[in-house]
Amino acid sequence: MGTEFKESIQKAVNNANLTGALGKFSEAYKVNRAKAYEGIDFEELRGRIAELKSYAASNLEMLSEQFTRNAEACGAKVFRTNDPARVREYILKVAQDNGVTTVVKSKSMATEEIHLNPFLEKAGISVGETDLGEWIIQLAGQTPSHMVMPAIHMTKEEVSDLFSKEVNERLTSDIPRLVRVARNELRPRFLEADMGISGGNIAVAETGSIVLMTNEGNARLVTSLPKIHIALIGIEKLIANYADIATILKALPRSATAQLLTSYVSIITGPTPNTDGSMKDLHIILMDNRRSEMAADPKFRQALQCIRCASCLNVCPIFRLVGGHVFGKVYTGGIGTILTAWFDELKKSEDIQGLCIQCGTCRDVCPGKIDIPELIMEIRRRLVLEQGLPLLQQAIYSVVNNRTLFHGMLRAAALAGKPFTTGKFVRHLPLFLADLTDGRSLPAIAAEPFRDRIKGIKQPKCKEKAAFYSGCLIDFAYPEMGEALVKILNKAGIEVLFPLDQTCCGAPARYNGAYEVAAGNAVDNIRALLSEDVQYVISACPTCTVALDHEFISTFESLGLTEWIAKARELAGKTVDFSTLVKKLVDKGRLSLKDGNILGKITYHDSCHLKRTLKVSEQPRELLQKAGYELTEMFECDICCGMGGSYSLKLPEISAPILQRKLKNIKETGAPVVAMDCPGCVMQIRGGMDQDGANVNVRHTVELLAEQLRE
Amino acid sequence: MLYQQFKMRAEGVSAEVYRYATGDAALSGLIEFLQREGLADKPCASALWADCSFLAGFDRNALKMIAGLKFEVTRELASEARFGISQMEWALADTGSLVQNSTAIAQRLVSSLPTIHIALLPTSNILPDMPALLSRINPKESAYIAMITGPSRTADIERVLTIGVHGPERLVIFCVDGLGGTN
Repeated sequence: MGTEFKESIQKAVNNANLTGALGKFSEAYKVNRAKAYEGIDFEELRGRIAELKSYAASNLEMLSEQFTRNAEACGAKVFRTNDPARVREYILKVAQDNGVTTVVKSKSMATEEIHLNPFLEKAGISVGETDLGEWIIQLAGQTPSHMVMPAIHMTKEEVSDLFSKEVNERLTSDIPRLVRVARNELRPRFLEADMGISGGNIAVAETGSIVLMTNEGNARLVTSLPKIHIALIGIEKLIANYADIATILKALPRSATAQLLTSYVSIITGPTPNTDGSMKDLHIILMDNRRSEMAADPKFRQALQCIRCASCLNVCPIFRLVGGHVFGKVYTGGIGTILTAWFDELKKSEDIQGLCIQCGTCRDVCPGKIDIPELIMEIRRRLVLEQGLPLLQQAIYSVVNNRTLFHGMLRAAALAGKPFTTGKFVRHLPLFLADLTDGRSLPAIAAEPFRDRIKGIKQPKCKEKAAFYSGCLIDFAYPEMGEALVKILNKAGIEVLFPLDQTCCGAPARYNGAYEVAAGNAVDNIRALLSEDVQYVISACPTCTVALDHEFISTFESLGLTEWIAKARELAGKTVDFSTLVKKLVDKGRLSLKDGNILGKITYHDSCHLKRTLKVSEQPRELLQKAGYELTEMFECDICCGMGGSYSLKLPEISAPILQRKLKNIKETGAPVVAMDCPGCVMQIRGGMDQDGANVNVRHTVELLAEQLRE
Repeated sequence: MLYQQFKMRAEGVSAEVYRYATGDAALSGLIEFLQREGLADKPCASALWADCSFLAGFDRNALKMIAGLKFEVTRELASEARFGISQMEWALADTGSLVQNSTAIAQRLVSSLPTIHIALLPTSNILPDMPALLSRINPKESAYIAMITGPSRTADIERVLTIGVHGPERLVIFCVDGLGGTN
């Protein structure tokens, strides 16, 4: 990552105004969004949106033609181009042909995308933004930090300074007063403007209609008062049918601002009369700018299902720390990373794609059903294909892909009796490259890894057998978790086998875009785990479980390694996470927890992969309560702890405040124990608690349950 | 009951909702409201009424006698009027929205430039939701379909909800029973 980029992050996380405003907003948004969607089947709704937008993405050319035909039949002039330069020239020509000197704009991200304002201004045309947020950043000479709330990063004091300069009067920071100033300042500009420029939230092929939504009412004025109206619309806004407007309008305001509907919605179909009785000169520009190319890409086509609500920004634990400007000048946040890689260039996303911690929160709320984290991973993969891996990472992965060498090194480090932070090689291994002790202690490498310890465990001979996939952390840092798991399964009459050839699950490589390495790991693990005749492959690490259950398959698919896909599916079919299996065993009466225990308060941290990829959240809670714990939920129990594998090492300036927030939420429950199902989360949170000095016991669910088995 | 739901939703976004049994009652209610709110024949106090079917039942010349109430809509008059009055064709119960074919510019001027927008609505034209609306209104015949849900608002400064930016600060809805409406 570039120094400049690192500095921009540092600056953002240290900007208390920014993090305070975004933090408060993200908390309120979550509650308000849920309220706005009350009584609505969100999954059903987003299924319909994904379907209709995906249809549109597959038929962009046909819908563009149909839109053009219908809009022109109503009297609009439609201009289609792939090239942002031609969009700018077209708008300038319309302006010059009509003697336009002043333009008013309602908010349009497409015009930001092509940097229209500076272009027109250079040609001597005055351009006024009228959306309050856009006007503020225009006065400040900045770019939007959020697609829906462009000036969310600014305080009322900063706004009052800007407005004071503009009106030559010292204003206070009273917000209603500031809003009134904006109304009074902008009103004459609307009335005098020669041309109005807008974006468009939806373009309907069937009727040639465009749909504009605002809360302030500026789009109504921009489209009504000047005699010329130009609407610039990216072709991803096309939908086939007029009736489908209702589907988009049901989700867009709810997801964007937690409103049932924006104050104003205008559906414009052809020119309308001006105040002097003449007809509006209506131009609609359908801009491609690589959207068709995106549609032709099997992976990225789904990004065109975006309806630009920005909910992926609003729920992102990283966005709320760093804000939009770290992401760049136009599109920000999760979807912004993807759009930047396409509409700008792949290389531009090199730094910002690394901001994603892969927690999956955005995937759950996206009304277009876009798998944003997966697409960001795909960007990583393509960057690596294009540029190769950095040398250090190449060195690391050459080790990880050689199990004997990799494990040998871990053992050597254990012999040295040193924690992960030291040890010449070990600290550069993907999960463990740990120059970071800031705010978090790291565990020592176990003197005897689980793969050795299991040989000493006396197990009953059972007909039913499970293969245990430990993952590196349980094997080499927390072997006691593995022992606890064996104890529990034995009690239920299941014998645990530990195929010794198992190795790293490949997640660290995959999350860094090194798919070839991940595929090598996958092949080794498939061979090892399918070599035994077992009923289950069980893991107590959700990241590993996701690798076994989903990612081996998708890695092979991405690389076209079709010969391995059947085997990967066979393994996926047997794979189960610890809590899910144990819950089933308890429900079937094959396993009993001690009765009548009163173990006191406990709180539970949901690990990202367990909750959002494996969809497991109730099972561990029910088991812990059955064991006798009194569950007290923490605030934001399912927000990432900031570990994210090697993320915490690459971006400690972001990981650390996320961890601090998590620690605070845990401590505020007053529970002396916090449970979780992921050894990575244990490493992060236990280390954090240790540094914090708080008297909170950080445990894996497997350890807590093993203590409460009925004899 | 669609009216109840509409009223609740509209009030939920800061609109004011009144209901009258007849056109006559609504008219007197409207005039009373205007006068209470300072209607006068001077800038920032006048009212502009855009042509609508509701007016067909009344003597417009008699109404013109009321000081400050005007029926000629221009952008100049609209931008200095305190009140804009128009008739909406439909409403949506589930979002508290008003809907109008606003192709005629006068309809948009009176509902967007004045400080207070007074919307007349036939109570019988409250529809359940957006799909019900879209199946009834053909965009080829309504070049500018306007939906209005509460007064103009912003939260662009520190996410603080503030009413009245570029559009009206108040939206006052007069639901009128027994008004066939334009449909």
